[in-house]
Amino acid sequence: MKVKVISRSTDEFTRERSQDLQRVFRNFDPTLRSQEKAVEYVRALNAAKLDKIFARPFIGAMDGHRDSIKCMAKNPNYLKAIFSGSDDGDIRLWDMASRRTVCQFPGHQGAVQGLTVSTDGSILVSCGSDCTVRLWNVSDANLADSDNLSDNSAKPQAVYVWKNAFRAVDHQWDGDLFATAGAQVDIWNHNRSQPVNTFDWGSDTTISIRFNPGEPNILATSANDRSITLYDLRMSSPARKVIMRTKTNSIAWNPMEPMNFTAANEDCNCYSYDARKLEEAKCVHKDHVSAVMDIDFSPTGREFVTGSYDRTVRIFQYNGGHSREIYHTKRMQRVFCVKYSCDASYVISGSDDTNLRLWKAKASEQLGVVLPRERKKHEYLEAVKNRYKHLPEVKRIVRHRHLPKPVYKAANLRRTMIEAERRKEQRRKAHSAPGSIVTEPVRKRRIIKEVE
Amino acid sequence: MQIINNMAAFWNSFDSEISGCDCLGDSHLRQAPGDSIASVPYISVTMAAKKENSDDEVDEKVKKYLRGEAANLEGVKDKKLKGQLAVREDLYGKSAKTAAKIEKWLLPSEGGYLEAEGIEKTWRIKQESIAREVDILSSRNQYDIVLPELGPYTLDFTSNGRYMAAAGRKGHLAIVDMKTLNLIKEIQVRETVRDVAYLHNELFFAAAQKKYPYIYNREGTELHCLKEHGPVLRLQFLKNHFLLASINKFGQLRYQDVTMGEMIGNFRTGLGRTDVMQVNPFNGVVALGHSSGTVTMWKPTSSVPLVKMLCHPGPVSSLAFHPNGHLMATSGRENKIKIWDLRKFEVIQTLPCHAKTLNFSQKGLLAAGTGSFIQILADFSGSQNYSSYMTHSMAKGYQVGKVLFRPYEDILGIGHSMGWSSILIPGSGEPNFDSWVANPFETSKQRREKEVHSLLDKLPPETIMLDPTKVGTVRVPQKKEKPTKKDVEAEMEAAIETAKDTEFKKKTKGRNKPSKRAKKRREMIDKAKRPFLEQQTQEHETSRKKQKTNPETEMPKSLQRFVRQKAT
Repeated sequence: MKVKVISRSTDEFTRERSQDLQRVFRNFDPTLRSQEKAVEYVRALNAAKLDKIFARPFIGAMDGHRDSIKCMAKNPNYLKAIFSGSDDGDIRLWDMASRRTVCQFPGHQGAVQGLTVSTDGSILVSCGSDCTVRLWNVSDANLADSDNLSDNSAKPQAVYVWKNAFRAVDHQWDGDLFATAGAQVDIWNHNRSQPVNTFDWGSDTTISIRFNPGEPNILATSANDRSITLYDLRMSSPARKVIMRTKTNSIAWNPMEPMNFTAANEDCNCYSYDARKLEEAKCVHKDHVSAVMDIDFSPTGREFVTGSYDRTVRIFQYNGGHSREIYHTKRMQRVFCVKYSCDASYVISGSDDTNLRLWKAKASEQLGVVLPRERKKHEYLEAVKNRYKHLPEVKRIVRHRHLPKPVYKAANLRRTMIEAERRKEQRRKAHSAPGSIVTEPVRKRRIIKEVE
Repeated sequence: MQIINNMAAFWNSFDSEISGCDCLGDSHLRQAPGDSIASVPYISVTMAAKKENSDDEVDEKVKKYLRGEAANLEGVKDKKLKGQLAVREDLYGKSAKTAAKIEKWLLPSEGGYLEAEGIEKTWRIKQESIAREVDILSSRNQYDIVLPELGPYTLDFTSNGRYMAAAGRKGHLAIVDMKTLNLIKEIQVRETVRDVAYLHNELFFAAAQKKYPYIYNREGTELHCLKEHGPVLRLQFLKNHFLLASINKFGQLRYQDVTMGEMIGNFRTGLGRTDVMQVNPFNGVVALGHSSGTVTMWKPTSSVPLVKMLCHPGPVSSLAFHPNGHLMATSGRENKIKIWDLRKFEVIQTLPCHAKTLNFSQKGLLAAGTGSFIQILADFSGSQNYSSYMTHSMAKGYQVGKVLFRPYEDILGIGHSMGWSSILIPGSGEPNFDSWVANPFETSKQRREKEVHSLLDKLPPETIMLDPTKVGTVRVPQKKEKPTKKDVEAEMEAAIETAKDTEFKKKTKGRNKPSKRAKKRREMIDKAKRPFLEQQTQEHETSRKKQKTNPETEMPKSLQRFVRQKAT
């Protein structure tokens, strides 16, 4: 007869010395574990609760400006720094880790309307309502030097004066040109004191401008005549224009999918477009209750942050209709500019109350060095929470966000108004000849026309 | 002819290679030269067949790890959601395949087996012959502990099989470390002990003593006296929920949460005194076997049993659950063991076997013990067709009280009237344990960590249900479908037809007048119509009542006094 019995030798299954790690053996057979789904559900519930306990997104405020902050710029080569410009002409460089001003760039006589940094991180371009464009030298060596200076201020490398006040500025991602927006769109070179090129389509001021991260010669602008225009520098003529019902305050291109951009509109929504097909929005992001002032994409291309006139900062998914997160503080007034940090972990908001605020992008994230086991645990909890987040108990906890009362009431009011409109439309449809009233899809509804 | 000779030469050379290679190993591959043509396709067929076998094996294993069918995404209209779900389904498929491959290649131990050679039958093989064939360490696990004065013994193992608690009827409680066969602690409580059960780890065990159950420490210190339970006959611990279930002399079933001490449920079964109680490890329901032959299944949140099934014509003498949760074995006094499928609640197999105590092992072997004889039944082909595998008979005076397989070992523990014994049953235990589920080589630090983690994962008592996979699924709203008017009319027509077709008894002696026959026929038709007409009038009344109450509630308050008050 052939016989074998299970016999385990202790040495194989235990460690030899106390310095060794304990041995772990796995058997993934489902019969060894009972009631797996209930255990996962309990873990999801606990994970949702823990998430809420650890959700402390506000890190700190950077105090220093004396007037409301209108614009910010990120230096792509230096993670810790952020530039901000305010309404009294004060430009400051902040160190986010210590939340202190490193350097000031005084010079502008009026409000600083736009700030941008060149891609190699050496030049800061600022434009303002005093019709000047100033270029500052901000390479790393210079900044290190300026740390030792006693007065903490720098002198501009160049000042260019032009005809009208400027509203926005943006630097090309891969080149030497930068563009300013004002009465018309001007393309400048670092070394020329006059614009290299000018675009003028339409009679209204251009209020924001953005270069495409993937295609260095394409830029998108938005103007006061409620339009979004795409320009191509090589063709030296405007390419396309789409006119909407309300004005777009800001545009941001998706860094991972450079053909898509998202526009922050006055009608409290953000519209994501495919630049090749402007007749219909790809996605409408609805959650704000007042005009959306600024928008910035995360470097992962999967999320973007918006700041709005209703004193809140929201983070949306790139393809989602509703916000994943909302940040607000009693002391934060109208948010005029937002930036997503280059490591996709922080969000910076500049607002009316002269403060820049630093927030975490994921509210319950553990900052600092995360050990591999901790990281795995966080990933597991995130996954199990996402699996059961549709069930009522878990959903109630995951969805819960405290809203300030004015925002809550405004949101309810908006909802009733939209519902009423929808109901009336349905009744109109029901009582008229079938096919006579056509409902426009939401994505097309706010677009008036597209112009070549 | 030449071709055949050439082929013969070719196959001869190949043949010598085959004889050297052990992997193919079939003696009929050694062909005589003449038959070589016939053998040409044979080898390729066997190779292909072997590969197919391994593919089938992996496929079966993948099925096990998939835990059910893949979701049908045809009905999902939302494209984004459909895409996301498709990606997830793909991931599940991949992880199931990886798990199957791990099971095939990476598991450290292999299971036990017992194969008889020639005309030998496995059920005739005695424990002594097994002990001779097996290594020393394993043969140490076969022993008899004789303690005749302290009554019949019951046993319980911890979930990792490392520790055993033995309780003698006359009050002897002992904790033994089974790895080293060390007696950790023994105490004498000086009253009847009817049952013993370990709680979540080896530090705590509960003993059902004469008046109440007590919870003891590993040191033997009495920690709690559970007065509310009363004189308990059987104790069972639900691991995932930290619930101690007990059935007492009066037939009352109690569930107590041992973490907070809260009494979750207290039910009067109403079916009298019983000491047959088992927990189904798959879904956490407690099954009781009653003297009327019924088996009832309970959950802590309902005072009515989930299931009540009539299993035997006489009292149920014991009950056991298969770890996969689909099979239940019950035995009654009529010397039959019935194997039930719990999904359909039907008998799969009836075995003519005496059984006073039953237990399933991790690998699905069923141990049945009566008197001093123990029979082990196994289903060899996996088709749930149990047949005799091994037997063991002890000395005449030893009355078997309880049989219990030791987890993760090929050992069966027997508690009998003269003490306890342990015998080797190859192939009964799961060879590969998972350290995060149950670790027989646990250190104290690992035990403490595991305790904390299992407390965090403690399931609320509401999760106990007959089908545990229902957690997290969508409950379809039950719309009571009202039969349409056409259906109702059709039913009425059918009833009238049947009434018309009934044949009446032909009466004699002048009572068979045609007018009377016609009257009777009309009566039958009216009788058939009556329930439908009653239903119609009921519906009319309810709809009228609804219409009447609505305007009343919609009236504004100031006008309420003008509403006509109906005298009730």
